Amino acid sequence: MRSIQFREALKEALNEEMRRDPDVFLMGEEVAEYNGAYKVSQGMLEEFGPKRIIDTPIAELGFAGIGVGAAMNGLRPVIEFMTFNFSLVAIDQVINAAAKMYQMSGGQFNIPMVFRGPTGSAGQLGAQHSQAFENWYANCPGLKVVVPSNPYDAKGLLKTAIRDNDPVIFMESEQMYGDKGEVPEEEYLIPIGVADIKRAGTDVTIVSFGKIMKVALATAEALANEGISCEVIDLRTVRPIDYDTVINSVKKTNRLVVVEEAWPLASISSEIAYMVQKVAFDHLDAPIRRVNTQDTPLGYAPTFVQEFLPNVERVSKAVKDVLYR
Amino acid sequence: MATNKFTKETYLNWYEQMLLMRRFEEKAAQLYGQQKIKGFCHLYIGQEAVVAGTMSALKKEDRLITAYRDHAHALACGISAKEVMAELYGKVTGCSKGKGGSMHMFSKEHNFFGGHGIVGGQIPLGAGIAFADQYRGGDQVTVCYFGDGAARQGALHETFNMAMLWKLPVIFVIENNGYAMGTSVERTTNVMEMYKIGESYEMPSFAVDGMQPETVHEAMAEAAKRARANEGPTLLEIRTYRYRGHSMSDPAKYRTKEEVEEYKKKDPLEMVKATLLSKKMASEADLETLEEKIMATINEAVEFSENSPFPDPSALYEDIYAEPNYPFIKE
Ligand SMILES: Cc1ncc(C[n+]2csc(CCOP(=O)(O)OP(=O)(O)O)c2C)c(N)n1
Ligand SMILES: [Mg+2]
Repeated sequence: MRSIQFREALKEALNEEMRRDPDVFLMGEEVAEYNGAYKVSQGMLEEFGPKRIIDTPIAELGFAGIGVGAAMNGLRPVIEFMTFNFSLVAIDQVINAAAKMYQMSGGQFNIPMVFRGPTGSAGQLGAQHSQAFENWYANCPGLKVVVPSNPYDAKGLLKTAIRDNDPVIFMESEQMYGDKGEVPEEEYLIPIGVADIKRAGTDVTIVSFGKIMKVALATAEALANEGISCEVIDLRTVRPIDYDTVINSVKKTNRLVVVEEAWPLASISSEIAYMVQKVAFDHLDAPIRRVNTQDTPLGYAPTFVQEFLPNVERVSKAVKDVLYR
Repeated sequence: MATNKFTKETYLNWYEQMLLMRRFEEKAAQLYGQQKIKGFCHLYIGQEAVVAGTMSALKKEDRLITAYRDHAHALACGISAKEVMAELYGKVTGCSKGKGGSMHMFSKEHNFFGGHGIVGGQIPLGAGIAFADQYRGGDQVTVCYFGDGAARQGALHETFNMAMLWKLPVIFVIENNGYAMGTSVERTTNVMEMYKIGESYEMPSFAVDGMQPETVHEAMAEAAKRARANEGPTLLEIRTYRYRGHSMSDPAKYRTKEEVEEYKKKDPLEMVKATLLSKKMASEADLETLEEKIMATINEAVEFSENSPFPDPSALYEDIYAEPNYPFIKE
């Protein structure tokens, strides 16, 4: 099968959906003439023209809200945030408008739109540019939150997100855009809310999502050399969460480690831990462990970046802890 | 521009300030290429007259706040080249202890309220700093810089309205360098005369040539006088140009070589140099000596940064709360 970059997979999804449905348009900063700050929309202005690939001023609150209004009136906007750090300027329209409209209107105005862009840290960018808000958005009923980890998933999930009749937050990573992976030529869709077992194993379950899946998989690889068999589950969607896949795996391995690039308090990992202990308490042979970022903003120096993020060493230690090894 | 309005000392000071900014940024670019400096790095080359003309019109106790393109502002406020360079390196001896990096220089001691990374985020902050001075009955003025792109943030309008309502001693400066990343001003607005944004709030608002410190100084001095006389804020749209890309990773293909060359013809450094020489305020030899002095300062700053340690990883848990012993969640 051919191999393409993560950014190309996203672009293919956008292109295919825009060809399929004239109501879909892409709006955001530098998406058109600059071909995207991270080149996701390369060439799209040429194909679809400025009516459908729309450069905006740096006015996130305004264009997020314009997207919601357009969705209320029948279009299917894809709104790009240059990064999700800047979505905070627009979060009122996401939470108070997009996520609430269908209910407030008694089921009259659904919001078929996607907010997408990169999330999380990307090296030494300092505190304001290194944040992961997956759990913030996932906390909010009315939204769906998708966080793919490879090009194949990214394409199939973005196509589904664009066709979805509810607002979807779609979170990518500056550090994944160049990653290559196999993506078939033929069209395919991946449903929202279904996790994927990326590596089967028997001794311990590792659950993760998004960019930090790389760390989860690298840990499983490293521990295989020490005779430890890890099952690695990629959530792919953090609202809704596919609890069943996680719980079925834990029933088999009896041990769970959750890995996440996010601050620990009220995170996806705490949510997973709650649900697993509630439903599968009797199957657990050890307390659930999680590996999060440090409980701090991320400063600039390289020593901080190294200390802040989950890495193979920290995840391996957590895995060995739950195995009492 | 009547050059005889300004003294020899002022011209020499402008030249030295701008030369420091220029050479510092050139060195930063080189070090970025060598990966000594990481992350996002936005250079000020071409815009030097904006900050130089500001500083000569202000008092030492006045305050500055700006965006991420902040190296020159930090230097002009009096933070040493050593501390600014060490911050770029992410070293513990930097002006933000290696925590901020290129985009987040700060110095309470020098009344520099920082470089800010969320576009437009510093606009209300600047008004708030001025609010505190007004509240305490102080005489200080705050200069709040932001880009032409940042002027598109809604926060600007809320802030302008309140700043006028309460006559806050703040000078808003749009550093209009023609582009926000790859987007030219004309692609973001109907109102090409950006200073007119202030007029809808009846804020005294002016367009200023930002390629020469003289014009900037005069506009800034007037604005500061208004602020100190409790007449409230001013908006200055200072028209300038950045010679380099938006950041180190931007090849700047959205503009022509000719356009860049056009601006380089009125390069602020060259213009001030020409004035110094033609008015016999300095000789070629004097300027050569100055150049050597600046290069020595910069080399010293690099050496200082090279020899400084990175912050200890445990410092990640310091400076998060003013409260000591905050109970962080640890693994
Ligand atoms: C709210 C927000 N949106 C987007 C960005 C990404 N971004 C950083 S700088 C920039 C361009 C800003 O241009 P301008 O205000 O003109 O300042 P200049 O870089 O020209 O000094 C953009 C879009 C950001 N940092 N914050
Ligand atoms: Mg600009």
